[in-house]
Amino acid sequence: MLRRISYAAAINEAFIAIMREKKEAFHIGVGINTPWFVGNTMTGLLEEFGPDRVIDTPVSENGVTGLAIGAALAGMHPILTFPRMDFMHYAMDQLVNHGALLPATLGGRVKIPILVRAIINRGGEQGAQHSQALQGVFMHFPGFKVVMPSHPYDAKGMLLQAMEETDPVIFIDDRWLYDEQGEVPASSYRSDLDRAEIVREGTDLTVVASSYTVVLCRETLESLPGAPSVELIDLRSIKPIDSACLLRSVAKTGRLLVVDATWPKGGVAAEICRIVATEGFASLKKPIAVISLPDAPAPAAHSLEEKYYPRASDITAAIETLIG
Amino acid sequence: MEEINIMILMSLLKSMLKIRLVEEYFAEKLTSREIRCPVHLYVGQEGIAAGVCQNLRTDDYVLSTHRSHGHYIAKGGDVNALVAEVFCKENGCSHGYGGSMHIVDPKINYLASSAIVAGSIPIAAGTGLASKLKNEDRVSVAFFGDGATDEGVFWETVNVAALLELPVLFVCENNLFSTHMPIALRQAEIDIHKKVSAFGLETARIEGNDVEKVYTTARGLIERIRATRKPALLECLTFRWLAHVGPDPDLDIGYRKKVDVEKWRKKCPIQGLKNRLLERGILSEPEYGRLVGEIETLVGDADRFRRAGRDPSVTEF
Ligand SMILES: Cc1ncc(C[n+]2csc(CCOP(=O)(O)OP(=O)(O)O)c2C)c(N)n1
Repeated sequence: MLRRISYAAAINEAFIAIMREKKEAFHIGVGINTPWFVGNTMTGLLEEFGPDRVIDTPVSENGVTGLAIGAALAGMHPILTFPRMDFMHYAMDQLVNHGALLPATLGGRVKIPILVRAIINRGGEQGAQHSQALQGVFMHFPGFKVVMPSHPYDAKGMLLQAMEETDPVIFIDDRWLYDEQGEVPASSYRSDLDRAEIVREGTDLTVVASSYTVVLCRETLESLPGAPSVELIDLRSIKPIDSACLLRSVAKTGRLLVVDATWPKGGVAAEICRIVATEGFASLKKPIAVISLPDAPAPAAHSLEEKYYPRASDITAAIETLIG
Repeated sequence: MEEINIMILMSLLKSMLKIRLVEEYFAEKLTSREIRCPVHLYVGQEGIAAGVCQNLRTDDYVLSTHRSHGHYIAKGGDVNALVAEVFCKENGCSHGYGGSMHIVDPKINYLASSAIVAGSIPIAAGTGLASKLKNEDRVSVAFFGDGATDEGVFWETVNVAALLELPVLFVCENNLFSTHMPIALRQAEIDIHKKVSAFGLETARIEGNDVEKVYTTARGLIERIRATRKPALLECLTFRWLAHVGPDPDLDIGYRKKVDVEKWRKKCPIQGLKNRLLERGILSEPEYGRLVGEIETLVGDADRFRRAGRDPSVTEF
């Protein structure tokens, strides 16, 4: 049997493997050398690779992002970490106008191979500026690949694969997943970046989730009375979205529930609805249902957080409405 | 140094003590895990909030950061509403939506606290722009740490405030660290006030733990801002006694030494002023004890206030 390790340990293993295998790789970002910001995902890196390749920076997100992009243009392959997605707003100019848009704007003459590692860190009464999940924002911009692994095997394999890419990849990990255990080979391996995965097969309803909502949905489905035949899809990649996989599943089930733990407007759930409405409308037996965050900033109070984030009961209720 | 009137000295002492005792109350409730939300305590830095805010009118604007309790209290914010907010109660100053990092009281023109480093600095300058456009003689104060001067937006704001002649006092509380990173690992030239003066602002760099020095220096700068509408920067050297976030002393993570914490504890702004007042016969030990008792009562009242507060609820966001 394979070893089981945590999601955080899988990220750490990938980083160590990348740094050993690839001399162009280096880490840079605000707070990457303290567990306070990055959990145990950076353990041992500074010790093994030294401060030239593991650069904890001033609190200067936009400038540091530009540095990473410049280094990428000049032949390096930076891993740029943001300990919270909330802090990426400062860096949006460099990320979008430069990292995402420049390569095509310059006629494809240059490449910007950069791995942007963005952490979702929310809950615990941290409030609206310390809780954002921005996958929907990043999927908007042409030029990025956006991935969100839901389990340790993918966390490691997708990081290793992301370092094979020549375009910017946004890798989003959620601290709510860090303690999730899973089977992970000790060797260095790669997982596809652009394919969805069917977690369990079913015939009556398709549920699409990503990152931590995959865990939430899987656990909810396992405990559902009557064992309805529900197909659960782990998106894995937010951009590109594996629409073929979604459409095949909806063609079979005729019903779709999208679970996406971020704001509802113009994001991942909206995009999935667009794909299915434009390309799979004829298969639908019922209107698509969406579970997302409310269109409101994250509240601090625990009593409000409990209502704000999707719960198992929301999923159960939606499933009942769709196939009850 | 010029003589400060006795009433003001006593007010500075009271303001600092109020901050200290409220923060110690929070530390206790964090340790017992009755407070869940992340709290950045101000213990050790009280002289700066007290010394600066002593010079402010109620209509002057204050904007602050994740470490804002001291500024709010010194500006005259209601302690009950602060305590309730840190417990995320409905009767908190932000109705439980913000928590410790998002303290506010528009009634006293304490307009916002942001949890994004440097986020509130340009906004403070913007309140100065409003005062200029409305031809009012208010002063805007932006409180922030040395870490905020790592951000580009700080320098953009300093430049534009100087250019447009905005009535802003930038107060940099240089506690020598941004989380785990000492300033010398973040800035090649660590003299912040010197860099800012190159933008054409009046600047000063002082011992932030000497509350009298903070008071008189801030007074000079604020009077000048009110008269000329030109921005200024006050850099106060200080140290946080406790963790970046939470109630522990942060000695086990390797980024700072116990001797440094001890050294700075000896430079306690409250003890310093108290000793000087005792020496000068302005204060006696029993009077000091009564003052502490008064503030303990206030903290006790705030504790009851937050206990009476409900957890916020909504049917729809
Ligand atoms: C844009 C942004 N980047 C990073 C952080 C994480 N962070 C929170 S407080 C802090 C340090 C701030 O240091 P300083 O401004 O000196 O204030 P202090 O905490 O010392 O009072 C950092 C880096 C943040 N809140 N916002």
